[in-house]
Amino acid sequence: MKSDRELRQRIETERNPLLSIPISLLFLSLILLLGLPSPPRASAAGGDLASLLQGLGAKSRRDVRQAITALGTLNDPAALPALEALGDRRLRIDKAGLVYIKGEDGSLHDALSGATVALDEASLRTPRINNAVRRTLRPVIAQLQLSSLDVAVRLAAAEELTKRPRPEMMDILQAALDREIEAAVRDILAVALAQMQLQSEDQTVRLAAIRMIGESGNLGLRPQLEALVATNEDGSFAEDDPEVRAAAEAALSSFERTQFLINSLGNLFYGASLGSVLLLAALGLGITFGLMGVINMAHGEMLMLGAYASYVVQGIFQESFPAWFDWYLAVAIPAAFGVCLLTGMILERGVIRFLYGRPLETLLATWGISLVLIQSVRLIFGAQNVQVANPAWLSGGIEVLYGVVLPYSRLAIILFVALVVGLVWLILQRTRLGLQVRAVTQNRPMASCMGISAGRVDMWTFGLGSGIAGLGGVALSQIGNVGPELGRLYIVDSFMVVVLGGVGNIAGTVVGALSLGLVNKLLEPVAGAVLGKIGVLIFIILFIQQRPQGLFALKGRLAES
Amino acid sequence: MTTLLTCVPRRARLAAARLMLSVGLLAGLFIGLPAAQAADPIKVGILHSLSGTMAISETSLKDVALMAIEEINEAGGLMGRPVEPVVVDPASDWPLFAEKARELIQQEKVAVVFGCWTSVSRKSVLPVFEELNGLLFYPVQYEGEESSFNVFYTGAAPNQQAIPAVEYLMSEDGGGAERFVLLGTDYVYPRTTNKILNYFLESKGVAKADIMELYTPFGHSDYQTIVADIKKFAIGKQTAVVSTINGDSNVPFYKELANQGLKAEDIPVVAFSVGEEELRGIDTAPLVGHLAAWNYFMSVETPENKDFVAKWNAYVKKHELPGGDKRVTNDPMEATYIGIRMWAQAVEQAQTTDVNAVRQAVGNQVVRSPSGFDISMDAKNHHLHKPVLIAEVREDGQFDIVWNTEGPVRAQAWSPFIPDSAKKVADWTYPWVCGNCTEPKFKN
Repeated sequence: MKSDRELRQRIETERNPLLSIPISLLFLSLILLLGLPSPPRASAAGGDLASLLQGLGAKSRRDVRQAITALGTLNDPAALPALEALGDRRLRIDKAGLVYIKGEDGSLHDALSGATVALDEASLRTPRINNAVRRTLRPVIAQLQLSSLDVAVRLAAAEELTKRPRPEMMDILQAALDREIEAAVRDILAVALAQMQLQSEDQTVRLAAIRMIGESGNLGLRPQLEALVATNEDGSFAEDDPEVRAAAEAALSSFERTQFLINSLGNLFYGASLGSVLLLAALGLGITFGLMGVINMAHGEMLMLGAYASYVVQGIFQESFPAWFDWYLAVAIPAAFGVCLLTGMILERGVIRFLYGRPLETLLATWGISLVLIQSVRLIFGAQNVQVANPAWLSGGIEVLYGVVLPYSRLAIILFVALVVGLVWLILQRTRLGLQVRAVTQNRPMASCMGISAGRVDMWTFGLGSGIAGLGGVALSQIGNVGPELGRLYIVDSFMVVVLGGVGNIAGTVVGALSLGLVNKLLEPVAGAVLGKIGVLIFIILFIQQRPQGLFALKGRLAES
Repeated sequence: MTTLLTCVPRRARLAAARLMLSVGLLAGLFIGLPAAQAADPIKVGILHSLSGTMAISETSLKDVALMAIEEINEAGGLMGRPVEPVVVDPASDWPLFAEKARELIQQEKVAVVFGCWTSVSRKSVLPVFEELNGLLFYPVQYEGEESSFNVFYTGAAPNQQAIPAVEYLMSEDGGGAERFVLLGTDYVYPRTTNKILNYFLESKGVAKADIMELYTPFGHSDYQTIVADIKKFAIGKQTAVVSTINGDSNVPFYKELANQGLKAEDIPVVAFSVGEEELRGIDTAPLVGHLAAWNYFMSVETPENKDFVAKWNAYVKKHELPGGDKRVTNDPMEATYIGIRMWAQAVEQAQTTDVNAVRQAVGNQVVRSPSGFDISMDAKNHHLHKPVLIAEVREDGQFDIVWNTEGPVRAQAWSPFIPDSAKKVADWTYPWVCGNCTEPKFKN
């Protein structure tokens, strides 16, 4: 709090000469509101600003870019709203070339004064921008944002400036650095500045800049250091100063270590995240196939139903409770579980219970069921994929190291799968149902003799397996496609995981999924995605030949019989 | 009828039935026959997957084909005869495409077939059409390196899509890319397109080390490693990604781009198989600025397109197609529509549906397209002259056109950038009469 006030004071003293503009603008808008004939726009600087702002509406994108650059040189924060509006397509131009900003509520404001104007939007033009314009726009916005009062805004602005520093900004950056009091922002600003200082005349400044870049661990800056140690075609060094070269070499070797760390960390995370997706897809199968021995080809369709359930819930939230939209998953999860639990129980009672002990018929029957489910979904929702939007808090990710981004959706899935596995374990180990399930799995006639209704237990077990597949579907809807064919993509992987882990226990499925994910992701950078997948299949074939019972085998007489 | 007759004695009922039968027969003899002859429908085959992985893309092509046929019928049919669509479902199963094509030509005796999406399906029906002398209109952008006497290609060849897109990326306005990632699904279209692009980039002076080629299997859904690799590869030089990822793998790919914070102004991705239809499955807000190259976009601002979109919306509403008001138009749909209009014009001109006569008439046929150009069919190589448009993704899943050619561009069926194919000529007029020759078949 205190630092904020301090900063405000410092910034205001910095901006003192500019302070006059907002005040004069206030005055101007007052005059406008009073309906007086509009006077020429204030001071010389203000007039300059106004004409440059009009340049943002130029027909040619090259002129737009020139106007943006000129606004950057002017360095007047009053241009910020208009520049931001240009990036978000909220800028409007009228026939005379005057510039207006469309507010969040749809009202139009004058770009300079911010005064609300009553204009017909249909008569206005939206300037078209493209990537080249955006590329010019970002650093200028960032540069102007450096005088924001919000630390987060300044931090983001500083990061943006590190990406694309422009030599002409050097003095502005230096000034921003001098008045900055937040350490995190200072660090990043210093790195941005260091890139420009590499070309400095002063050797000590250059050495400090190299050290600064080396310590930042920002691999994006690597080429600038490499340029310092590069040799010309005739074998001479591009850089004359041996001290600078040595410093650059040292910084580069520290980058090597960071690079290695980043690669291993990245692969580990990607492996774990792929493994967790596989696990979610396979966990339900681990119960229906693993525990009950039903070769359930309709398992993939349970995933698909779960995903569609979250689509339907999402639709209801969009229609009826838009304010709560970010939390629709909280309803989608139980809904998907419920739908799939019910479908699973109906399937078990209606079809599968007549086929126990006849694996071939089960396979065919469940395959048929899967076709029926796919086609029904296609009839109801259409053949096209449907859009399941991520809630805002699941979009984006955190960058732990340069180049290693942990997306929130992946993190959430890892967490979710841990929860579901914990829950399944609790149900199987700590509840009455779980005890009965295990008893029936191990010895059906004996369990029946003990008074357990084996049929009912079967129904609930199959329902549970299907319900968990439904939960998997909710998670899959957040990272991939939701279409009638969703299940087909995962069914083979699911069987692979269960067989690799060892039929008949959940721990095997967990370890199987995670190791498959890791092996896949370690192979991918080396062999490419296509060969990597083939490699994994070969690995599984060899493994199953060596150890047909999978990673974890059930021990005991019954399992062997 | 039965309810009316139940109270009448059986014998009378039989008599009545007999009477009606003979009246019917007589009516058929004297009135029905000439009428039936005049209105004998022209059968048209529609060969698009309505199930399986490609249903996502191909279903709307079937819908737009039916719309075009309905439009023709409402205007009085062709040569006074109604057009009757015969829809079959090859179920994304490539050999089944060939079987269904044979069924359409031999059993249904269709005059023409509109169909196929993937190159592999086109390659599998090709021998059937050539053997039975059928006529196929193929509506999707493809890798080129082909020209058949029996096929009219209404989609783009590489020089009408891929090459201009890469040229744009290298231009100042496009960001001046110096380094390229060629990323695709592992099958014939991406592999051939990337081969052409490799040669093209080489001719533009891009070093081998600045090109990275990556392939993923069909249905690949985990792009974490690939996106991270692209990021690493992009360090140091302005990089662009050319994506030939096909089908629904695009959704996880774009989601991963957004999650890892890869912005279009840093590393733009230009896609050749992503249109309005594919973006329906994605939250497009983080993808703003990524590019697509096509010959038509739903957002094209021409009176012709306004008309086309309105017609499509009305059709969707009238037939209550799934998706309702969220349905969009896209490039292959426009190509299908142009193809059907073109064929209809040719039939009217030839005054017959005979394949040989219609094929003659289709060449040099001109249709005013929704994109606002007079599009003509090249009689020599059987490809359309098409305008090239490059556009950026908008927040609402539509596209903002940032670059376009002045007018339609002639297709190069054989790429001049691949040394082997540069020598080949596709010319179905005399004296060449050949799709892949290095010299004319007839020499005086």
